[in-house]
Amino acid sequence: MTDEKPLIEIERRITGGDFQSAGDVSSELKRILQQIGFPAAFSRRVVIAAYEAEMNVVIHAFRGIFRAWIFPRHIHIEVDDEGPGIPDLELAFQEGYSTAPPHIREMGFGAGYGLSNMKKCSDRLEIDTRVGEGTKVVMDFFLKDS
Amino acid sequence: MTLREVREILEAEVLACEDLLDREPRSACGSDLLSDVLAFTKENSLLLTGLTNPQVIRTAEMSDLIGVVFVRGKRPEPATVELAVMKKIPLLATKLPMYEACGRLYMRGLRGCSEVE
Repeated sequence: MTDEKPLIEIERRITGGDFQSAGDVSSELKRILQQIGFPAAFSRRVVIAAYEAEMNVVIHAFRGIFRAWIFPRHIHIEVDDEGPGIPDLELAFQEGYSTAPPHIREMGFGAGYGLSNMKKCSDRLEIDTRVGEGTKVVMDFFLKDS
Repeated sequence: MTLREVREILEAEVLACEDLLDREPRSACGSDLLSDVLAFTKENSLLLTGLTNPQVIRTAEMSDLIGVVFVRGKRPEPATVELAVMKKIPLLATKLPMYEACGRLYMRGLRGCSEVE
């Protein structure tokens, strides 16, 4: 992260298994990005990656904290969860690989694109995971000159 | 093609946001996998799906989709319709199965997400 002061910082809790509220945090982030006036294409990739990360917590973890720092030309997101962790990160990045249970697949998730899509949408993605403890996802998005 | 024309072509019923049927999708996507929708759709597209849970609307919201069509006679949960009204995402429902619904729209010129810029 930079020493620059963010325009806005947000910190929200995510509850594992709560499909009623799933997406609320990313929806709020989208509203904030629109209000600030970020270009639609930039906001879209930030919000899609945020939603993938938020859904991962709802689907796989017990609980998590979503934090975002919004700078004029840079967005930094950290999603920290208490959960099962990812035993084989390389495998988890493989498109089509998923450990989501059947009831999640019935909802339309668990096709195994989450991590690779987060990587595609972000400019930097780091994942720190410990089996039996949890996973921390860190993403950065930089607004480039068009 | 406007959503109003989509309604006619699919003989669909409007379940939410009838006032927004002048919107014109630039492309469309047929999928029952929200992960695929998040990974491969373009903004301002129309989604055709057999899924009816509220995450369909969340996915449409995050992906900047401009409408959702439920195929093969599926009816969404009330929570799905409520969220769509709140997020201003028009909902249509057709009795046609997925393949036929997509085929009718494609034949009338609505392109796929991989065919537009």
